[in-house]
This record gives sequence, C-alpha cells and structure tokens, in this order.
Amino acid sequence: MIALTGVSKRFGVRTVLDDVSLALRPGAVTALVGPNGSGKTTLIKMILGLTRPDRGALLVCGTPADERGSYRRAIGYMPQLARFPENLTVRHIIALVRALRPDAACDESLGEELGLSTMMDVPFGVLSGGMRQKVNAAIAFLFRPAVLILDEPTAGLDPVATGILKARIRAVRAEGRTVLVTSHVMGELEELADDVAFLCDGRLQFSGTVAELLAETREHRLERAVAALVRRREA
Amino acid sequence: MTPFGRSQPRAGHAGTAAGRRWRVTVAGLGLAIAGVPLSGVAAQLVVDPRGPVPTITAALAAAQPGAHVTVRAGTYREPLLVITTPGLTLEGEGWPVLDGQEAHTVLVIAADDVTVRGLVLAHSGVANLDDRAGLKVRDARRCLVEGNRLRDNLFGTYLQRSADCRVRDNDIEAHGTRQTTSGNGIHLWYSPGALVEGNRVRGHRDGIYFEFSPGGVTRGNVSERSQRYGLHFMFSDSCRYEGNTFRDNTSGVAVMYSRGITITGNRFERSWGAAAYGLLLKDILGGTIARNTFERNSTGLLLEGSNRLAVADNDFRQNGWAAKVMANAEDDRFTGNLFVANAFDVATNSRSSNSTFDGNYWDAYRGFDLDHDGTGDVPFAPVRLFALVVEQHPATLVLLRSPLVGMLDAAERVLPVLTPRVLIDRHPRMRPPR
Amino acid sequence: MNVVALVLDAGWRDLARNRWLAAYAITFFVVAEGLFWFGGTGPQVVLSVLNIVLLVVPLVSLVFGTLHVYASREFIELLLAQPVPRGRLFAGLYLGLALPLVGAFLLGAGLPFALNVRAGASPAALAALMTAGSALTCAGAGAAMWFALRTDDRLAGVGAALGAWLLATVVYDGVVLAAATSLGDWPIERPVLGLMLANPVDLARMLVLTQLDVSALMGYTGALFERTFGSAIGTTVAVIALGAWCAGPALLALRRFRRRDF
Repeated sequence: MIALTGVSKRFGVRTVLDDVSLALRPGAVTALVGPNGSGKTTLIKMILGLTRPDRGALLVCGTPADERGSYRRAIGYMPQLARFPENLTVRHIIALVRALRPDAACDESLGEELGLSTMMDVPFGVLSGGMRQKVNAAIAFLFRPAVLILDEPTAGLDPVATGILKARIRAVRAEGRTVLVTSHVMGELEELADDVAFLCDGRLQFSGTVAELLAETREHRLERAVAALVRRREA
Repeated sequence: MTPFGRSQPRAGHAGTAAGRRWRVTVAGLGLAIAGVPLSGVAAQLVVDPRGPVPTITAALAAAQPGAHVTVRAGTYREPLLVITTPGLTLEGEGWPVLDGQEAHTVLVIAADDVTVRGLVLAHSGVANLDDRAGLKVRDARRCLVEGNRLRDNLFGTYLQRSADCRVRDNDIEAHGTRQTTSGNGIHLWYSPGALVEGNRVRGHRDGIYFEFSPGGVTRGNVSERSQRYGLHFMFSDSCRYEGNTFRDNTSGVAVMYSRGITITGNRFERSWGAAAYGLLLKDILGGTIARNTFERNSTGLLLEGSNRLAVADNDFRQNGWAAKVMANAEDDRFTGNLFVANAFDVATNSRSSNSTFDGNYWDAYRGFDLDHDGTGDVPFAPVRLFALVVEQHPATLVLLRSPLVGMLDAAERVLPVLTPRVLIDRHPRMRPPR
Repeated sequence: MNVVALVLDAGWRDLARNRWLAAYAITFFVVAEGLFWFGGTGPQVVLSVLNIVLLVVPLVSLVFGTLHVYASREFIELLLAQPVPRGRLFAGLYLGLALPLVGAFLLGAGLPFALNVRAGASPAALAALMTAGSALTCAGAGAAMWFALRTDDRLAGVGAALGAWLLATVVYDGVVLAAATSLGDWPIERPVLGLMLANPVDLARMLVLTQLDVSALMGYTGALFERTFGSAIGTTVAVIALGAWCAGPALLALRRFRRRDF
C-alpha cells in the first residue's frame, strides 16, 4: 500500500502537485484520473522516486521513499511508452530487469500468456508497438510486486492481450495487492477500478470508492462522473 | 670499436714469441743502420718497448730528414713529443698508444712535409691556458695526418698557421664525461689549403672547425654528437664541403663570415632542440648549396644575412622548419629543391623578402597542371600564414597542428589572398624531381 | 553481477550492434589503412590520424552521446523505477556509453597500426594517440550526458553539445591565438602552456605531438614545450590533466543525474 501526505511539487513557477494526500489500499485497484496536465504522471513518478517532492512524505508498504531506492523492490512499473534499447533482445531486457532484483521471486507467466515466448530472441527495435507493450507489461508483473503502477496499460494492445492483462490485474487485486492505473478509456477503468483519485491542476479533487463518486456526482457512469468533477472544477 | 682505456696492457698486439724475436732482430739491425747515417738515404727507425730504441723521444732525436720511424704496439708515456725533422714519417704498427697522461699535448708537428700515421694519441688532459691537443701542427706545411685514432683529448688535431695539410681518415672521439671543457675535433686556424677527408669525429665541442683558413676542402667526413657544431667555420673564403655527414650535433653546422662557399652532397641530420639547425649560413656572400639532404632538424637551413646563394636540388625532409630565410638574406635563389613532410616549409621574419623560389617540389602544393608540362599552373606561396605568425609570436607555436591551424591552412587554399605573398614559387613541380 | 556491470553490459550489447558506431569505427579504419596503403610511414599516419582524432572524436562522442541519452530516456526511467541507487545506475549508463565509443575508436584507429607494424610508428606515439583519443571520448561522453540531462529539449541539448565541440576544437584556440599575438611582447609562453591544460583537445594534441619529433621545434617555445609536456613529469601532468577531463564532465553529469527529476 501507498500513502502520500501533503505532497507538493513545483516545476519553476508551475505548481504541479499541491498538498496531495492520498492512500492507496491493498486489494483494490485505484484509478488515477484527471485532465491532461493535471499532474498524474508527476504523481506516479513521485511514487517511483523519479521525481522528488518539494514537501510532504511518501510511504510505500510502510517504507519511506528514500535515495537508496530499495523501497522500489515492492513496486512493479509499466510505463506509458515502452522504448528500450533497440539492439537488445527481449530475453536480454527481461534478464536485465531480473538481474537488477536478484532476490525477488520471479513469475514469467504473463509473458508466456501474451505470447512472448516465440519473440524472446528478437531485438527490441524490430518489435511492433503492440509487442513492445506486451514486453512492458511482462516486466511490470515479473516479480509479483506488492504494488503495481500501470500507466495507460492497454494502449496499443489488441483485444485479446487487453483481456489477458485485465484478467491479470483482477487476479492481482484478489491476491490483496495494491494497483494504481491511469487510462484515458473510462470504460476500462469502470471495469477494473474500486477506487478513484481525481487530480485537477495539481490538487486532489476527489478520493474515494467508485460508488462514493457516483453517489456524490449523482451519475451512473464513471465517465460522466469524472466529467461532472471537471465541470465542477471549472465552475 | 672498443673505447681506449688507460689500463690498456703494454704491447697489446698479438704475436708469437718466435715472431717477436725476429722483429727485435730486425729492429736492432735498423738501429745499426741509423747509427751510421748516410747522407741521401732515408733512414729506417723502429721504436719498440722491448727493443734497443724503447722511446719515441729517442727516435725523433736520432732521425734525419726524410726518416721513417715505425712505432711498434705498446703504450708510450713520454714527455711532449715534437717532430722538428722535415719529411719525417712517424708510423704506428699495431696501434701503439701515445699517452699524454692528462698532462700535456701528445704530439706536435713543427716541420714541413711530415707524415703521422697509424697512431693512437690519447689523454692530453685539460688546461686553461694552452689548447692541448692529441696532435698539434704548428707552422708546418704539407703535413699528412692519416689513419690515426685520437681519444680523450681536449682538441683532436689542431692545425695552426700550417698551409696545405691533409687530415685524412682519422677517428676522433672526445671523452664522454668532460662536457664543459671539450675542444674541437679537427681545428684549423690560419691554415689555408687544407684537405680534411674521411674523418670520423664524435663528441667534441665542434667536430670540425675552420677559422681564417681559406681554400680548404672538407670531404666525406662524419661529424656527430658534437656539443656545439658538427662543423663550424668562419672567415674562411672559397672552401668546399662535399659529401659529409653531420648528425646529432647539438646546434648543427654553422658557416659564417665567408665568401664563395660550396656545400654539396652533405647530409645534415637530427639537430633537434632550441636554437638547433641543420645548417646556419650567417653573413655569407656568394656560394652554392646543392644536392644536400636536410632531415629531421628543428630548422633545416637558416639563412641570415647571406646573399647571392644558389640553393639547388636539396632534399628537405621532416624538419620543423625546412628553411628559414631571414629578411636580411638577399638574392638567394632556391631551385629544384624537395620539400617533404616538414612542419613548416619556409619561414621568414618579414612580409617582404628578396629571395626567389622557382621550380621546387612542395608536398603541400595542391595546384593542378592542365598543360602537363610538369609544373603547376598556379604559383605556390610556401610561407603559410601560421608560419609567419609563429615567427613573429613564438608562443603561438603551441597551436601547431591544432584544428584551428588546419582550418587556417584550408582557408588559405580557398582564399589565396590570406597567404602572405612574401615568397612565391611560380613554377612548382607536380612530381618530386628525385 | 552488480548494478554497474549489468547496466554497462546492456549498454555495450546495444551499442555493439549500433550501425552509427560501426560506421565510426570503419571510417577510422579506412582512413588509417588508406594512409598506410598510399605509402604513409608510421609517424606520418599518426600525425594524420591525430588531425582526425582531434576533430571527429569530440564531435562524435558529444553529438552521438547526447542523442543516445535522449533516445534512452524511457529505458533510463524504467531502470530508475527498479530498486537501484542512482549513482550506480549512472556509472553503468556512463560506462555503457563511453566504453563502446572508446572500443569503436580503438578498434577502428588501432587495427591499421597493428596490421602495419612494419611501417614503424613508435609505440610511445601510438600509445599517446590511443590514450588521447580514448580520453577525448570519455570527456565527450561525460559532457554529452551532462548536456542531455540538463534539458529535456533535444534541440537545445544537441545545440549545446555542438557549441562545446566548436569551443573546444576551434574557438578556444582562436582566443589563445588572438591573445598570444596581441600580447606578443610579454613572456607569455608559460601562461599559454597553462592554457593548453585547460582544454582537453589541446591537451590531447600536446600529448601526441611530444611523442613525435615535431615537438622539438626551434626556439624557446619549442624547448619549453618539450620540457613541459615531453618530459616524464610533463607527460604525467598531461595524462593526469586528461584524466581530470575524463572525470570532470562525468562527475558534473552524475551530480545532475542524482539531483534531477525525470
């Protein structure tokens, strides 16, 4: 699980995150939503330690995020864009990430399910966009991490692969792990999400369960509920 | 060649006991003949440490004009030896060593027509007041100094006021450790008409030195590792220098204050360092510098106040500066020379020059030859802009071969107006002449 | 294997198959081999290759390095998301860039000399040339990482790299030339030699030139030059200064890498 308290971040004059406090509970999928430029990516990078907060604290599974980065053992990350060294084979990229976490237990089943087994010796640069995204997903799920951060996980995936990935996300939730997902496809989030965190202009406008959000906005669909939040913000 | 130590055993040459006895007999006979001098007959004398005449001093005292004195192998530690008998020949057999014992000049020729041959003249020692030498020739004409070895002397052979002498095929080496007090290898002072030929000189202050000695010929010598100049001559008109090799000399070769010099077929090599040059010509009027090779010198040829020289058919290779022609050098003419792989081909210290270059080969020339007559169709200006800058501001030398200087050279090629038009070769050769 | 070795290994494997790097190595090989083919002697080829090294090595390591860091941005972020400290990650990334570049240079420029041993390049001059080229590569790669980590604007990053290249190869020497000619009457030899220490390209040139006879050019400067850079102490100083030029930009880039937000 992840807990952020009073996290703020400025890039120059622009405030990207403003006093954000948020707890992601285990055994639930949290959808991180918000308009473009609302600070979603910054929030994710902050959890990963790629970006450091100006103020505030961050706990991952009870461990403070620090310089050494060992807390990241608990995190599996699927970036939005998979661009890895072009001349490395899939096998080598996966082997590299595994070697960087020598003590973690390993689970290559997602890769196999997605059909990567036949692509293991292909250089990454030759892969199609969809195949790259599959490699990306396989790496994120490689270690049975306690926390999964998935940035636009289904972008570029075919329907079959999307189905496999969604099933895996549900399975992981059932195992009691913490999942944070961003997506522009609200229908997809509606299928998966238990909780919603809504960011706008760097402020956390809403945080709670999907049911609470629907109730608060008096909408029946997540998409409309989010739109309502945006309208409310603009008003 | 093994260096000659002072601990050389006496009578070091090989021979059976029987052979030695026979020679002693002959020596005794020779003395018997010499003891009864007969006018008109060239006497034979033999000096042998174990014979009836054990010292050269005794032999020289007994010798008549035209006598032939043979010195057998051995080490002779005698007082100053002076040959005063005209026409005398003093000849070593089996390299006898005449040792000055660090105390005095070893041998002096003070009579005309004397020949000294096959001796080892060693250890003159150093003195502040007199110029000690292995062999001195004093006021003597037509002497022949031939095939001797001179070792560890302040001066090697020293000729003063001695005309028409020949110094030939001697091997002259200074002592290695007396850097500061060394004299010259072959020294000529007021000795006109000399022939210096086929000698090898190593490690002296100046290998070969001419002062006030006009009309000399220096041919086929090798002068190397001199502490100053391989060859140094001043006030000696009409001398010729042919086929010598000057190598690894600290300052190179300096020719000064003379007229009518001919320097042909010599090699000037490896004079590296501050103020070192292959050949310096200073205040020379008229002369020919032809078919020489200048290789790996800091400056190959340096012309300072030297006028009306013909510099023709020389090879300049891998020098820092192939030729430096100072502005005070006038009417010098460079033709048919080869300039290859020098850091700078020609440098001068001024934007105007009165020397001419014509029909030389320059490896830096990038012109073309549309009419196929063997000479480039565009003139070549060998003084690069950077060479001129370095001459005026020596500190800029640190930028040698920097990309900036490369661009400067390239810019000069594209915009020839940048190149100082100090010296122009109007007919640069397309191919090396040799 | 530890983090540094792992990341280095990945960088090496990736760049070992990079076609630009292959072209870089082949270009050096063709040029040097061609110089031998057309009858160049060892020292001449060393000098000619030096001219190329001084221009091309900094250019390639700076521009290629900068572009490579930008192209590796997502990969770097993936690695940063792993439980590894940033310092070691940087070391791996830096070595994974610099060593393949050095390798391409040594292979491309060195092989012709190995194949033409009889042409007589002196081992000292060759060692100096290879050291100079490798050091320039390391300095360029470090600076490239620094430029690429300073700004996310690729154009600005590559522009800065090109600017640094121009500065080090031409502008700096131009300023030295201008200063030396305008202060011609002052004893400026020593300060000018000091200025040479402050530019890796000049330093690399000095290191090689002093191993070739051209350094003993006439005059006070030549002698001072020789004494300063040609002696054992001088060579040591030059090598240490080159080492500092390898370490400096890399340390700047490391500092940037530790502090910056991705």
